[in-house]
Amino acid sequence: MSALSSVKSLRLLRFPTRLRVRRPWRLAAEASALLIAAVVAFPLYWMVLSAFKPAGEIESTEARPWTLTPSLDSFRRVFGQQEFGRYFVNSLLVAVTVVIVSALIAFLAATAVTRFRFRFRTTLLIMFLIAQMVPIEALTIPLFFLMRDFGQLNTLGSLILPHIAFSLPFAIWMLRGFVKAVPEALEEAAYIDGASRARFLWQILFPLVFPGLVATSVFSFISTWNDFLFAKSFIISDTSQSTLPMALLVFYNPDKPDWGGVMAASTVMTIPVLVFFVLVQRRLVSGLGGAVKD
Amino acid sequence: MKRMTEGVTEGASPVAPPLPAASPPGGVTASPGRVAGGPGPGGAAPGRKSRRGRAGWAPWIYLAPALVVIGGLLVYPVYQLGLISFLEYTQAQVSGGEPTTFQGFGNYATLFGDEQFWQVLLATVVFAAACVVATLAVGCALAVLLTRVRALPRLALMLAALGAWATPAITGSTVWLFLFDPDFGPVNRMLGLGDHSWTYGRYSAFALVLLEVVWCSFPFVMVTVYAGIRAVPGEVLEAAALDGASQWRIWRSVLAPMLRPILVVVTIQSVIWDFKVFTQIYVMTNGGGIAGQNLVLNVYAYQKAFASSQYSLGSAIGVVMLLILLAVTLVYLRLLRRQGEEL
Repeated sequence: MSALSSVKSLRLLRFPTRLRVRRPWRLAAEASALLIAAVVAFPLYWMVLSAFKPAGEIESTEARPWTLTPSLDSFRRVFGQQEFGRYFVNSLLVAVTVVIVSALIAFLAATAVTRFRFRFRTTLLIMFLIAQMVPIEALTIPLFFLMRDFGQLNTLGSLILPHIAFSLPFAIWMLRGFVKAVPEALEEAAYIDGASRARFLWQILFPLVFPGLVATSVFSFISTWNDFLFAKSFIISDTSQSTLPMALLVFYNPDKPDWGGVMAASTVMTIPVLVFFVLVQRRLVSGLGGAVKD
Repeated sequence: MKRMTEGVTEGASPVAPPLPAASPPGGVTASPGRVAGGPGPGGAAPGRKSRRGRAGWAPWIYLAPALVVIGGLLVYPVYQLGLISFLEYTQAQVSGGEPTTFQGFGNYATLFGDEQFWQVLLATVVFAAACVVATLAVGCALAVLLTRVRALPRLALMLAALGAWATPAITGSTVWLFLFDPDFGPVNRMLGLGDHSWTYGRYSAFALVLLEVVWCSFPFVMVTVYAGIRAVPGEVLEAAALDGASQWRIWRSVLAPMLRPILVVVTIQSVIWDFKVFTQIYVMTNGGGIAGQNLVLNVYAYQKAFASSQYSLGSAIGVVMLLILLAVTLVYLRLLRRQGEEL
């Protein structure tokens, strides 16, 4: 409770961080902020715009920043050619499995390293930190042989398993702060009330840490959703097991790319991540700020 | 949209005292519980004792799934990577046609004797450094800008940045390529460059990839640093301003030192990410550029292994990368230790 009140008083003391800036300067700052926002958003705008442009307008040297005749041709081409729908489902399946499984495993591990003191605890934490630095692309080679030996090549499992492993170290690090923030008194109280350890873990700690799990899952979702190296290397003959990035690259022929198709496929691939971001951005920003308030 | 505003401003608003407590990716920073002086497990020493007694096997049971997965799919492959780098391993060995033979440091000797390797290593270091500097400069500048503007422009910039952040590397790469396409891209039209090809020249290709990398990685820096600045008490800035400090001076002498822990984290994180850039180079320069002029270590290792089936050389490059990143990690740990961070 004392923590809570001290936080409150700190807040009352605090000024809005914004300095009193003289008017013309603030207007200049705001104008440049809007301009920069426009520049930053431009590539995404152009992607969506080009996806809706009819073929004639994309392949024109005019490059107009609008279109008067939007068409769904590019999207039809994307969904018609190949088994795009299937790739989409595959990608989603892989990403969702990785997010859920790694969140659960990371939750248990983060609980272990924050709620217990035991030998090798610090060593373990440093190992988790070092594990984050491993360039996963470099491991494509041994993982390829590993997946081959396990008969996992050409299956979604060959994408799911490595991504769980790669997202865990970071997830554990990030979750640590969230688990730590849950007062220990709560744990004591739960045990005094006769709760078992499992009951405390799943019915008390888990819901409290859930926002942190969501923030963490953004990163595992993105890295899994983005992956095209594993998809390219492990899914070699059975294209029905392929994922979205591979489908996108089909349209991208370096010599003569089908820009309409590439932009439409890119749009389809970007939207789920954007949706996910908007849904969890609140948790994300607070997770980054390290402030656990719930 | 409404939720977004609230989230961005409120979420970033600090509960924590002066020294911002952020735990961004890979971040090891003060935990909120501890900083707030709350009864967090990391904070109070007395509570620790009682738990030490009943810890026993429990933590290891909780850790078991994580250790199994990481051990099997991360540690073991790293070990194998090292092993392969000491063997002769080409297509013949993969198909079982020839037995694997131990090469000792032979692969490394080949690698270090190859002029291209040094060229690629240099390009990787310079490119990563340029990306880190540009990302940090843009991210910090925009974070400061965010604190200077009212809600609407702030929301606009936040939204745009979140959009760039959320864009998958592969779609970001194709979109930027299209923007700079010599025939149909809008950028050449706007700048009146005719059909100038950006991917033809070595430096312009690297510059293009750098722009994309900065575009998709500055939002992380911006959001984190912004959250950090919001955690700095207003009085401090107010006092500096009253003393007649310029904006630049305030940043250099007041904000930057206070934000040091956060800056260390975002810098190291950026170094690691940018050193490992793969997708952007692979897609935008079509696998490493004309005659491999735009190769970086990661792509180089992949090309060696999978394009020319020299798995052992590819692994050796991977090991070199691993060692460089390990060195960066150790520096990171030292910096954390110096800040008196408890793990």
